[in-house]
Amino acid sequence: MTYRAILLVVGLAALLGGCHRPMPPVAFHADGRPPRLSDWHVVEVHGGKLELNQGVVPYDLNTPLFTDYAHKLRTIWMPKGESAKYQPVDTLDFPVGTVISKTFYYPRAADGTFTDVLRTDDYSHDFAGQGLDLSRVHLVETRILARRKDGWVAFPYVWNNAQTEATLQRTGAVEPLTLVAADGSREDFNYVVPDESQCASCHAQDWVSRQVHPIGPKARHINKDYAYADGVQNQLEHLVKVGYLSGLPAMAGVPRDAVWNDPKAPLDARARAYFDINCGHCHNIHGAANTTGLSLIYGTPEDRHMGICKPPTAAGRGTGDHLFDIVPGQPDESIIPYRLSSAEPGVMMPELGRSTVHREGLALIRAWIAAQPGSCTPIH
Amino acid sequence: MRKTIITAALAAALAGCGGGQQPAQQSAGDASFEAKLQEQFLDAKPGSVIEIPAGHYALKRGLSLRTDGVTIKGAGMDKTVLSFKGQVVGPEGLLVNANDFTIENLAIEDTKGDALKINQGRNITIRGVRIEWTGGPKTTNGAYGLYPVKTQNVLVEDSVVIGASDAGIYVGQSNNIVVRNNRAEQNVAGIEIENSVNADVYGNTATKNTGGILVFNMPNLSQAGHATRVFGNKVFANDTENFAAKGAAVASVPAGSGVVVNSNDKVEIFDNDIADNQTANIIISSYFSTNYYNTRGVAADYNPYPKGIYIYGNRLKGGGDSPDGLKLKTLKTAVYGLGGHFPDVLWDGYVDTKSLVDGLPPPNDRICIHDVNGVLNADGPHDYKNPSTDIKPYQCDLPKLPAVVLDPAPKA
Repeated sequence: MTYRAILLVVGLAALLGGCHRPMPPVAFHADGRPPRLSDWHVVEVHGGKLELNQGVVPYDLNTPLFTDYAHKLRTIWMPKGESAKYQPVDTLDFPVGTVISKTFYYPRAADGTFTDVLRTDDYSHDFAGQGLDLSRVHLVETRILARRKDGWVAFPYVWNNAQTEATLQRTGAVEPLTLVAADGSREDFNYVVPDESQCASCHAQDWVSRQVHPIGPKARHINKDYAYADGVQNQLEHLVKVGYLSGLPAMAGVPRDAVWNDPKAPLDARARAYFDINCGHCHNIHGAANTTGLSLIYGTPEDRHMGICKPPTAAGRGTGDHLFDIVPGQPDESIIPYRLSSAEPGVMMPELGRSTVHREGLALIRAWIAAQPGSCTPIH
Repeated sequence: MRKTIITAALAAALAGCGGGQQPAQQSAGDASFEAKLQEQFLDAKPGSVIEIPAGHYALKRGLSLRTDGVTIKGAGMDKTVLSFKGQVVGPEGLLVNANDFTIENLAIEDTKGDALKINQGRNITIRGVRIEWTGGPKTTNGAYGLYPVKTQNVLVEDSVVIGASDAGIYVGQSNNIVVRNNRAEQNVAGIEIENSVNADVYGNTATKNTGGILVFNMPNLSQAGHATRVFGNKVFANDTENFAAKGAAVASVPAGSGVVVNSNDKVEIFDNDIADNQTANIIISSYFSTNYYNTRGVAADYNPYPKGIYIYGNRLKGGGDSPDGLKLKTLKTAVYGLGGHFPDVLWDGYVDTKSLVDGLPPPNDRICIHDVNGVLNADGPHDYKNPSTDIKPYQCDLPKLPAVVLDPAPKA
């Protein structure tokens, strides 16, 4: 082949597919610890974009877990012919071979350095149905949850600065970043990638069985529309369409969490959804925080179980000098907002997964407590 | 020239397609002690012994272990030191969620939250471990030192805990517990057994805490505690000002408390040396006295009354001369005069009036006290208006509790 011919071929390839070389099919690793994210062929960098492989379906949540304002690209893949079984409350029952990924990234500040990232809850410009534009975002980590024969396994992969590959970091990592707000204000923080064991401390919702499970893909969290490349569709119905979900009942009977920052949704539903996804993985009857008697997962009755007038158990200095988890009408006297407003280990809640305060989430919970009727009157 | 340009274009095109990937970079510090230790914890198998040699190790991140049958071993509580002074991540120093776990002969210092938490697990041995907040008592110290919770068959022995802003040794919601031959100093609570069943606490020294040895029941938890024996301990001069954050269970403990029973049942206190605790050497109280009791926040089936408390054969000395808090000071002066002191036992006087038979609780629910210089019923229900020094109500005996048998016995 002449040089001219090569140039022609390259130019043609660029024209045809934006430089597309097809990815090898998704590789489910039934054992071992693949050292590189690309060993899975779930998401890969091609042509300046983080792209999804064939059969890898993106999804998001009505109300997501807060992680230092990181944006998240979540995906599900299943082997051919396999599908998850619908569950009304628990995580969908995924088959062996399922690979779930979650890529944590930030939109980059327009005129900042690589580590200047945006503090924004607007996700609409990140993902155009086909991939993340690496000139506009900073990839931090991709977590893989793989459903093996003996249960789910978690792998944290950390992206290199060249944004070409992510490597397995079983012991986690710390990345210093700066959050830049719309008004130009800046906040330095350490983005912390959890270690493998810390992955399990949130994903093992039963501390006796210690089995790891995905948290997000529950019907109520993913019952929402998504802008797929071929149009907008409800995510659960889309999973049925692509053969990844069976047993979905009529949509009228499927629970749906509120969107935490949707001003049109009722305050109560937004607060409950926020508690559910941010606290419920530990604060449930089987979870790590069942030692406290405080439950914040979906379905908890709205009384002492949710912390109303409840004296804390083993909160230590996390009480912030307050007597009760929630004092109705008094966010300044309540322990929960105190712990949400701290970023200090030993005080803050959740215990892991953030180094900054979620100001907007805190404001939501404070507003909800302020709206609660009644008071906590000690009896002697 | 043309050739060069084409080659460059080709290389660029390939790189753009992911063909020019660079080798993966490892983050700095990957080879550090901390990462290696974390890796050992991640890779541990049942039967693994993780030995940490003598040395002072600075750690930034909390450690966690989730594998059964692991032993962590240092070279001695003053030789192998894990220091969390610069901790930036993690609610604990070490979190364990596993069965058949042993940790011995090392120190954990200056964690931001709890030092060693063991959440769920059977057959737990903690031996020769020192937990210390090196700056002395401070509200900003971590809450709990040695903290097994929801465990079964727990042995805590020959350990030292200093400076916890809540409880030094805290066994909660557990069953079958032996806490022996430990030293607890300068914590808010030296040793605390909470909502636990079958505990033997003996041979320990608790001094300079706010309260020496506590046996508590909190509401809203999965089990109510009962059957704790506190014997053969030295509990003296627990007079450190309460430095817990308000709202913490122990924040209501007055400085100068020796042994405190709050809302717990079947507690036997005997053969201890208890001295010079300035509020009182022994305090028996109900959850009403904590100020946390309210109708909305406490489960209706919670029983706030201490029942079946048996105190005998202790050697008691001093104490009661400078109670903590205005209410108790006023009470002391009213009953015993300016230069007087509370007797050995102070009871807040809350009693389940519905259960009384001829003015006394049913035989097995009574508070029976021998070998003390007096008991003060403070009359808490009537705001201390009619305190009583009558000792007749306590002249009784209760069936003695059996010794705790750890089953299986902890590894030698």
